[in-house]
Amino acid sequence: MKGYVHSTETFGSVDGPGIRYVVFMQGCPMRCLYCHNPDSWAIGRGREVTAEELLLEYEKNKMFYRGGGITVTGGEPLLQVDFLIELFSLAKARGIHTCLDTSGITYSPEAKDYVSKLDELMGYTDLVMLDIKHIDPDEHRLLTSRDNGAVLAFARYLAEKNIPTWIRHVIVKGYTDDPEALRSLGRFIGGLRNVRALDVLPYHSMGESKYRELGISYPLEGMPSLDKSEAEKAKNYILEGVREARRSK
Amino acid sequence: MTEIIGAWRGFEGGTWQKEINVRSFIKHNYTPYDGDEAFLEGATEDTLALWDQVLELSKEERAKGGVLDMDTKVISTITSHAAGYLNKDKEKIVGFQTDKPFKRALHTYGGIRMAEKACKDNGYELDPTVKEFFEVHRKTHNAGVFDVYTPEMKACRSSHIITGLPDAYGRGRIIGDYRRVALYGVDRLIEDKHQQKITTRSAMYVDVIRDREELSDQIRALEDLKKMAMSYGFDISRPAENTQEAIQWLYFGYLAAVKEQNGAAMSLGRTSTFLDIYSERDLREGRFTESEIQEFVDHFIMKLRLVKFARTPEYNALFSGDPQWVTESIGGVAIDGRHMVTKMSYRYLHTLTNLGAAPEPNLTVLWSTRLPDNFKRYCAKTSIETSSVQYENDDLMRFTHGDDYAIACCVSSMRVGKEMQFFGARANLAKCLLYAINGGVDEINGKQVGPRYRPITSEYLDYDEVMERYDDMMQWLAGVYVNTLNIIHYMHDKYCYEKIQMALHDQHVTRWFATGIAGLSVVADSLSAIKYAKVKVIRNENGIATDYEVEGDFPKYGNDDDRVDSIAYDIVHRFMEHIRKHHTYRGGIHTTSILTITSNVVYGKATGSTPDGRKKGEAFAPGANPMHGRDNHGAVASLSSVAKLPFKDAQDGISNTFSIIPGALGKDDRIFVGDLAVDLDCTTGACAEIPNLLEGLDISEE
Repeated sequence: MKGYVHSTETFGSVDGPGIRYVVFMQGCPMRCLYCHNPDSWAIGRGREVTAEELLLEYEKNKMFYRGGGITVTGGEPLLQVDFLIELFSLAKARGIHTCLDTSGITYSPEAKDYVSKLDELMGYTDLVMLDIKHIDPDEHRLLTSRDNGAVLAFARYLAEKNIPTWIRHVIVKGYTDDPEALRSLGRFIGGLRNVRALDVLPYHSMGESKYRELGISYPLEGMPSLDKSEAEKAKNYILEGVREARRSK
Repeated sequence: MTEIIGAWRGFEGGTWQKEINVRSFIKHNYTPYDGDEAFLEGATEDTLALWDQVLELSKEERAKGGVLDMDTKVISTITSHAAGYLNKDKEKIVGFQTDKPFKRALHTYGGIRMAEKACKDNGYELDPTVKEFFEVHRKTHNAGVFDVYTPEMKACRSSHIITGLPDAYGRGRIIGDYRRVALYGVDRLIEDKHQQKITTRSAMYVDVIRDREELSDQIRALEDLKKMAMSYGFDISRPAENTQEAIQWLYFGYLAAVKEQNGAAMSLGRTSTFLDIYSERDLREGRFTESEIQEFVDHFIMKLRLVKFARTPEYNALFSGDPQWVTESIGGVAIDGRHMVTKMSYRYLHTLTNLGAAPEPNLTVLWSTRLPDNFKRYCAKTSIETSSVQYENDDLMRFTHGDDYAIACCVSSMRVGKEMQFFGARANLAKCLLYAINGGVDEINGKQVGPRYRPITSEYLDYDEVMERYDDMMQWLAGVYVNTLNIIHYMHDKYCYEKIQMALHDQHVTRWFATGIAGLSVVADSLSAIKYAKVKVIRNENGIATDYEVEGDFPKYGNDDDRVDSIAYDIVHRFMEHIRKHHTYRGGIHTTSILTITSNVVYGKATGSTPDGRKKGEAFAPGANPMHGRDNHGAVASLSSVAKLPFKDAQDGISNTFSIIPGALGKDDRIFVGDLAVDLDCTTGACAEIPNLLEGLDISEE
C-alpha cells in the first residue's frame, strides 16, 4: 500500500520524546487560521511511498533515534488510517517507538468500520499527541472551520483505551488566550487519566512565507509571534482547570 | 620502587622518569572524574577585578579601531620584551607577549611586507631600519618562497585556484608539548636535546646538517625560555612543584611560542588532564583550595584570551575575524579504556561561566560515547549557555592518533610532541571543475592558468565527458599544489623556523603534509546536476563558459541520497589519490582536510558560476557542509551525507558547521540536556520508555 507523504524530517526534536523521524502526511480537512503547513492541505497529492520505504530511511540512521522513534503528523494523518496501520505495525515489529500527532477531527463513534481500524492502530501506537485547538465549539469552528465534537470525542476514546497522550495547545493572542476558556480546557483534560503531558505552544509566524509562495492570503497577516512567557501563563490557567477537575473527583 | 621525592613526590613512577614522555606520566597518575559540576567554585574578587580591567581595555581597543598599541621597532623574540602585567598584585598567572597587555608584537620573519602592511593598515609605521634590515641583510620566508615559485604557481595563486597559502605569514598548526616544561623543567629538556645532537648521523648529508642546526636553535630557544621566565621572577630550569607553578611553567612555554611566531593557528594542546594530576596532589596535601585552583585556571585562560597578533584586514577577512586558534583539547578516552575527563576538564569549561563566553581559547571537547554522563550533561549545558564549545569525534581520531593527541587550529589532530603539521591551505575544487570545462582557462580573468587541455564545446554537459576532463584537471592541480607547498615549507623551515615549539617535540617527528579542499558541496551538486538533470552551458564572446542553466531537478548533497553523496566521496578519494602521487618535503605524510570554516566566503567570491546553479561570486558552503538551503530533509539526513565522506582520505579533518535556532532542539534547554544523554548513550531499548516531559503535567501532583 502507498501513502501520500508531504515530506519527512530526519531530525524532529519537538514532536515527541527524543530525536525522531517525522513523517508529514499529506491532506487535511481542517483550515486552521494559524496553520503553518498550508502546503499539506490538499488531499491525494504528495509523494507516494510505501511504509517499507519510510522505515528503510529510518533504519539507515537509527542510531540517531535511540531515545526517540517515529512520529506521524501532517496534514491530518488519520485521513490515511490504513497506511498508518501498516506503518506502525511494521515499526512495532522492529521495536520502534511510535507516536501519532493528530487533531482527532476524523473521529466519529458511529462509523464502526473506522473505529475498528482506529482500535487496530492504537494497538501499535505508543503515544498520541492530540492537538486541541479550542474547548468551545463555536470558537473552534471560527479557528478551524469545524466544530470540536469529534476532537473531544476522540480524546475520550483515547482515555477509555488508556493510550498515553500528550495534549498540545497553541496560544494565539485574541483567539485562544482567554483565561476562562483555558481553565475550561484544563477541566476537560483533568478528567482524562491517560494524559501524561501538556504542551502549550506560543503562536509563531514562520508559516507566513509559505502562504505567500502558495499565493493564498494569510488570515493572521501581521500577527506577531507570541512570547514564550505568554504561553507559560496560559499553561498555568490550563493547569488550574486540571487541578479543579482532579479535586472534584 | 623507591619513593619519589622533590617536585615529583607522591606521583607514581614509570617510563616518564627515564625519558621525556608526558603520556606515560598522565597514564600512571591521572584520576578520572565521574562526578558532576557541584564542586566548581566561582570567580574570586581578584579574577573579577582583572577581568573588568580586560573588558575596559577591550573597549578602548575597539574605540581605537581594533588595535590599542603595536610595536613597530622591536622584533619579537622570546626575550625581546620586558615583563608585562595587568596588575601584578592580583595576577596569579603572569606573562604577556610584549611589555604590556593589548600591545601587539612585531613579527617579521614570515614576511616583511606583511609586517609592514599590518602596521600601516592599523595606523602605525614600521621602523625604517627594521624594514631595511629585512630587505637588505636578512631574507624572510616570504622572500624565499617568491624566489622559487614558478610562473604557473604564481598564476594559480593569483587566480585563486589555490588559495590561502601560508607564503607570506607564519604557517602555525604546530603544537609544542608545553606540558614538558612543567613536568621536567627546562634544564632536563636541554640535556635531552644535547643528547639528541650526539645521536645524529655523522656523514653530513643536507638533512643531517639541517637537523643539527635545528637542534642547536632549539637549545638556544630553551635557554631563552628560561631567561624570559626569569624576567618574571621564576626559575623554570627545575620542574614545577605545584598546580600554580605547573600552569605557570606550561604557560611560559606557550608564551615563548606566541612571542616567537605569529602562526595561522597557535594551539595549546591537551593540558587539562595533565594539570589535574598536580591539583589532585595539592588538594590531597591541603596546599590549595578548590577556589584557589579555579583562580589559577581562570587567570591562565584569561591570558590565553589576550593572545593577540598584528594582522592585516585581508587576513582577517579570510578568517572572518582575528582568530588565534588557541585550541585546547579536553576529555577523550584512553587506550586502556578509562575516560580522560578530570576535575580540571570541568574547571577549563567553567571559565566560560566565570569569565563569560568567548571564542578563545577554542575549548574543544574530544567527544566519545564513553565519556561519563555527568560530563556530557555539563558540556551540553555549557554549550547552551555560552555557544563556545567545539566538539570533535574522539572515537574516530583515537583510532589513528592514540590518546595523547590534540587539535591544532579547528580540526587537525596530531600526537602532542610527536607529530607536527605542514599547513597547506586549500585547493579550490569548484574552480578546478570550471577549468576542466574551459580547458584550463580561468573563467573570471580569461587567462590560461591550467594546462591547455581540450575544452568542452557541447551545448549540454555530458557527465562522462566532464568527469574524464575533471579527473585530468585534478591530477594537474594536485601536482602544482603539492609542489607549491614543498617550496613554502622548505622556506619556512629555513627562515622562520619554530624553534621553541620544535624544542618541545621529540627528535624524530612525524610530519603531516596537510592539503585542503574547498568547494566540495558545489562540486558534488554540480556533477549531480550534470548527471541527473540537464545543464546548458552559456559561453561568452571568447567561448569561455561563464554561466550554466540547469533544467530539471537533481539529487543534492545533504539529503542522505547516495546518488550524490557517492559523488562527494569519489571526489575526495580521487583528489587524495592524485595528491599521494607527489613527493613531499621532509617525508611529510599526505593528508587533506575539508574544513573551510569561514574562508568559504572569500573562495566563493573568486569563483565563477558553477553547473549546480550557484552564481558567480556566491559563497561556498563552509567545510564539508551541504550548500545552504539545499539540505531539506532535516539535520540527520544532512549529517549523514557528511558522515559518508572518507575520513581515511581526509584525516586532517572534516568540518560541518551547524547552527540551530533556539528551541529547535526540543521545547526547552533542560529537555535537550536530558535528551542528549538518552540519545547518545542509550544501549537498551529506551523506546519503551517515554521520558518525562519536564514542563509536562505531573500526574501524581495531588
